[in-house]
Amino acid sequence: MTTPREPATQDHPPLEHSASTAPFDPYAADRLATDQGTAQATPGQIMWWRFRRHRLAFASGIFLCAIYASILICEVLAPYSLNRRNTDYIYAPPQAVHVIRDGQLVWPYTYGREMTLDMENLRRIYRDDTDDVQPLRFFCRGDPYEFWNLIPADLHLICPAKGGELFLLGTDRLGRDVLSRMIYGARISLTIGILGVSMSFALGIIIGGLAGYHGGTFDLLVQRVIEVLQSIPSIPLWMALAAIIPVTWSPILVFIGITVILGMLDWTGLARAVRSKLLALREEDYVLAAKLMGAGSGRIIRRHLIPGFMSHLIASATLTIPGMILGETALSFLGIGLRPPITSWGILLTEARSVNIIALYPWLMAPVIPVILVILAFNFLGDGLRDAADPYK
Amino acid sequence: MVRYILWRIAAMVPTLFLISALVFTIIELPPGDYFESYVSELRAMGEEADLAEIELLKARYGFDQPMVVRYFHWVGGFFVGDFGYSFEYRLPVSEVVGDRLWLTILLSTVTIIFTWLLAFPIGIYSATHQYSWGDYGLTFVGLIGIAVPNFMLALVMMYFANIWFGTSIGGLMAREYLDQPVSWDKLMSIAEHMWIPVLIIGTAGTAGMVRRLRANLLDELQKQYVVTARAKGLHPLRILLKYPLRMALNFFISDIGSILPAIISGAEVTAIVLSLETTGPMLIKALQSQDMYLAGSFLMFLAFLTVLGVLVSDIALALLDPRIRLGGGSSK
Repeated sequence: MTTPREPATQDHPPLEHSASTAPFDPYAADRLATDQGTAQATPGQIMWWRFRRHRLAFASGIFLCAIYASILICEVLAPYSLNRRNTDYIYAPPQAVHVIRDGQLVWPYTYGREMTLDMENLRRIYRDDTDDVQPLRFFCRGDPYEFWNLIPADLHLICPAKGGELFLLGTDRLGRDVLSRMIYGARISLTIGILGVSMSFALGIIIGGLAGYHGGTFDLLVQRVIEVLQSIPSIPLWMALAAIIPVTWSPILVFIGITVILGMLDWTGLARAVRSKLLALREEDYVLAAKLMGAGSGRIIRRHLIPGFMSHLIASATLTIPGMILGETALSFLGIGLRPPITSWGILLTEARSVNIIALYPWLMAPVIPVILVILAFNFLGDGLRDAADPYK
Repeated sequence: MVRYILWRIAAMVPTLFLISALVFTIIELPPGDYFESYVSELRAMGEEADLAEIELLKARYGFDQPMVVRYFHWVGGFFVGDFGYSFEYRLPVSEVVGDRLWLTILLSTVTIIFTWLLAFPIGIYSATHQYSWGDYGLTFVGLIGIAVPNFMLALVMMYFANIWFGTSIGGLMAREYLDQPVSWDKLMSIAEHMWIPVLIIGTAGTAGMVRRLRANLLDELQKQYVVTARAKGLHPLRILLKYPLRMALNFFISDIGSILPAIISGAEVTAIVLSLETTGPMLIKALQSQDMYLAGSFLMFLAFLTVLGVLVSDIALALLDPRIRLGGGSSK
C-alpha cells in the first residue's frame, strides 16, 4: 500500500489555493450573534432553529402530526364504518373521481358501476356506467358509528351519492372498503409504535441510568443481558414470544401483549446510549459541584444528567419507532401478531398474501403505502432531531 | 493475537449459556405442552391417541421432572449432537433440520457479501459527492429499501419474476433437487433461485450500511490529516484511497455485528413468504404447534450464528486494526 512520495504535479495538477485579502475582524461573530438575538438564545431555541433548517425533517414532523391527529377522528374521515360489508361489490377495483364532464369543470363525481360475472375465468368484472353520474357529498350522513365508542354519530367527511357507492381504493374479499379500513388501521399501527417506544424508553432510562451511574456488579449484569438480547435476531424472538400468547385471549389483550413484547425487547439500544452518556457526563465539573453542594444521586441524575442527553435520547427513540411498526406488520402478516377484529395495517396486508391475489387484485396492497410513508417520515424526523439535538456542534 | 482469540472465544461461553437459558424459558412459557394439544386435537377428530407412546416420550424427555433438570438435559445434549426430539415429525431434531441449517448459513453469508459489494461503492460515492443529485438519489433508494416491508417486497418480486422470467421462484432450488445429495446441478439450481431472496433481504441491510458508512467517511474526510494532505497538493482520489478509506474499512468489518441480526431476521420472514428451505418456515410452524425442542434449537442456532458472526468480525478487526487492544477486558 505504501507508494514512494512523488511530486503531485506529474499526473495531476495541484489544487487551487485561495486566501481572502480582506482584513480579519475577530469580533464579527459576536456582533452577528447579538444582532440576531442568538447570544441570549436558550438551548431549546437553538435546537428549534436547527431543526427548522432541516426542511425534510420538518415536513416529516408535520406529516406525522397530521396523521397522528387523524387517528383521533378516523370515524369521521373514513367513508364507511370499519366492518361495513357490501356484498354487491366484492373485489371491486378502485373508482376514479372525475371533475370534468363534457369539457366543463363540475362538482367531483364518480360513475356508477355494473358487475358482470366472467364465467370463463370466474372473475367479477366491473364496468363504469358513464350515464350514471354520482356526485360526491361532503360532510354528510353515512354509516352510523359510535365516536370513540361513546357518542353515536353518523357524520362523515366524504360519502357517495345517495344510493351509490364510493370505493376509492377498491374493496376486499368481503366487499369492505379498503380505504376506510386503512384509516381505521392507522389507529392500531401507529399507537403500537408510540406505546412500545414509551415502554422501551422508560426501561432504557431506568436500567441504563442505574447501570451507568452506579456501575459495579449491576452494570456488568446489565451489560451481559443487553449483549444476550441483542444477539438474538429480533424477529425470531418476537415470533417466539408472540406464539406464547394464548389463543383464548381477547384481541384487545393480544394487542397489549404484542405491544409489551415489542417494547420489552427494544430497550437495549437506548439503555446502552444512556449508560455511555452517563459515564461520560458524571465526570463533568458541574456534577462534582452539585455533589459538593450536597445533592443526592437521584437529584443529580434527574436535574443535572438527564437534561444533558434527553434530546439525544428522544432522537434515538424516534429512530426505533419504524422498527416496531414494521415488526407489528410482519408479525400480523405471518399470522402470529394481532388478530381480527382488531385492524392494523399488517392485518390488512394479510389479505394480499399470495401472488395470485397480487396479480388479480393489486389494490389490496394499498395499506403498504402508509406503512412506507410513516417509516420514511420517522426516519427523516429522527435524523433531523439527532442533528438538532447537539446544537453546539 | 492467539491469546486475544482464545479470550474472545471464552467470553462467548457465558453469553451462549444465558441465551440458551432465555430460549428455554421462552419455549417453556406457553401453558400446556405439545402432547396436550396433540391429544386434544386427535380427540376433536374422533380418534384416540396412542397414550402409551406419549407416556414413553414424556418420560424420555423428562416432562415429569422440574424445569431446571430438563434445561440441563437439553443443553447437555448439545455437546453430543442431541438437540432433543421433534414431536411433530417424530424424529430427532438433528434429523429434521437436515440441510436447512446449511442453507440458512449459505443464504446469510451470500447476503452479507452482496450487502458489502453494494454498500461499499455506494457509500464512498455518497460521501465524496455529498449533497449531489447522485447522493440524494442513492440515499432515497436506500430509504425505500428500509421502509418497504420485506414480505411485501418478496411477494411483489415473486409476481414480477413470474411475469418476466416465467419461473416460479418459491423455494431455494428446483423441486427435484430436494433431499438430494450435493451435486453440481443442485448447486446451479440453488444459485439460480438464490438471487431473489438475497436481493430482498439485502436491501434493508445495504441501506443501513450505506448510511453509516457515509456518515463515518464524512467524519473522516473532515479530519485535519485530510486537510494537510490537500494543502500539500495531493490529488483527492489519492487522499481518499490512502487514509480515510482504510479507516472506513475497519468500520465496515465491525458493522457486521449490527447488520447480522437484521439480516437473519429478514431472512426468516422472507423465507416464510417465499417458502424457502431454510429455518424460517419450519421455525414458525414449530412455534405454532409448540414443538418446543425444534423451535428452541432453531432459536438457539440463529443466536449462535449471530454470536459467531460477531466473533469472526471482532477477530478480523483485531487482525486488521493494530489499535485494537489485545489485552482483553472491556474497554471503558
